[in-house]
Amino acid sequence: MAASDVKLLGARPSPFVNRVQFALNLKSIDHEFIPQNLAEKSELLLKSNPVHKKVPVLIHGDQPISESLVIVQYIDEVWSGPPSLLPSDPYDRATARFWAAYIDEKWFPLVRDLRNATDEQSKAAAVEKLFEGLKLLEDAFVNSSNGKGFFGGEKLGYLDIVLGCYLGWVRAGEIFTGLKILDETKTPALVGWAERFASHKAVDGVIPEPEELVNLIKMFQARAAAAAADASTK
Amino acid sequence: MAEEVKLFRTWSSPYALRIVWALKLKGIEYETIFEDLTNKSPSLLQYNPTHGKVPVLVRDGKPVCESLVILEYVDETWKHNPLLPQDPYEKSMARFWANFGDDKLMKSIWQLFIAHEKDQDVAAVAALENLKIVEEQLKGKKFFHGETIGYLDLAFGWIANLVSILEEIMSLKLVDGERFPHLSSWIQHFIDAPVIRDCWPPRDKMIIKFQVMRENYLAAATPK
Repeated sequence: MAASDVKLLGARPSPFVNRVQFALNLKSIDHEFIPQNLAEKSELLLKSNPVHKKVPVLIHGDQPISESLVIVQYIDEVWSGPPSLLPSDPYDRATARFWAAYIDEKWFPLVRDLRNATDEQSKAAAVEKLFEGLKLLEDAFVNSSNGKGFFGGEKLGYLDIVLGCYLGWVRAGEIFTGLKILDETKTPALVGWAERFASHKAVDGVIPEPEELVNLIKMFQARAAAAAADASTK
Repeated sequence: MAEEVKLFRTWSSPYALRIVWALKLKGIEYETIFEDLTNKSPSLLQYNPTHGKVPVLVRDGKPVCESLVILEYVDETWKHNPLLPQDPYEKSMARFWANFGDDKLMKSIWQLFIAHEKDQDVAAVAALENLKIVEEQLKGKKFFHGETIGYLDLAFGWIANLVSILEEIMSLKLVDGERFPHLSSWIQHFIDAPVIRDCWPPRDKMIIKFQVMRENYLAAATPK
């Protein structure tokens, strides 16, 4: 299939876009990456994802698919040859989907909370909540990996992609707050996993450097402060 | 050897109803355990330690949690009478719309339901916009996937029952036949479908429950 048959509308710092990039890389799928300016959304983006107007959007042929977890599963089902991203057993698939939902709905918002925390007390509280979540994910990793290196076992799988995409932002959060989030004394298995994940060839070069993300955090915070100042002077 | 299937649910949870319908559509026999969420059983906490919520489906001692995850598990385990489309693109659309239903539509209707009167107009705009999006999806179709009930009907099933209950409590009509002809027609078909209609929780109990919930929210949100 020609590269032009598969397009990915995305933005490099988005962990959700990164997920799709991991999946495309793992499956060795030729594709065209079309960077999007999220401050000024393109016609193509608005046409391809009219409901949410967000990235990532995978366009396969002329069919757009949105929502990163939906896209990753689509990729796994259409390009169904090895490596498989999701396990084959229905119970293991349900477990992977359960943790994916937990990571997106419960855990990653805590990283956002940390990013938005302005004083030491709220930063410490946010990190504490993150640790509680990471303990659950540590157990999930131990159960899922069966003594091997990844959530998917010997090979990268769905949950590796789902959690791994956040590693850049986690590291940026650590730099920004000066607090450790991935701590080898608390979640040693996940720390080891994070190193293996980051150096995997399907991942290498996809996630922006933490320093770049730290600058984005500073920009978000500056904008939020400016907006708040504007609002209070009105 | 017959496999043992249990479903932990409450009498009112719309999420648990999705699984009741799915198991009925597949003809699967199972044991129901009704939970009181103010007094959770040790079994529920053991099977769903992360959230302590219903529904939980337990098959041969192994628990599956989160209703949309359970629906896919049920479909993959018992392959007859498929709930999800087979085509990967159609399947993706089904997953996309189910997420939209839970993340956007349900939330916006809930926001309207617990809004103070002064905030209702703004909250209604979002709810109506989201309902319109779903209305578009039903054009030319009896059910979301065509002629027979499937995954998306189960995912959106709460609309058929809960919306009219919330409307009655708010004295506010959201889904009227003029603005939402396709959605209204889908509601009629779904409510009366043989597999669906015997499962609805008692309406008067639901009205009381949600009325109390609304009063609590409004009281909590009232500035002192």
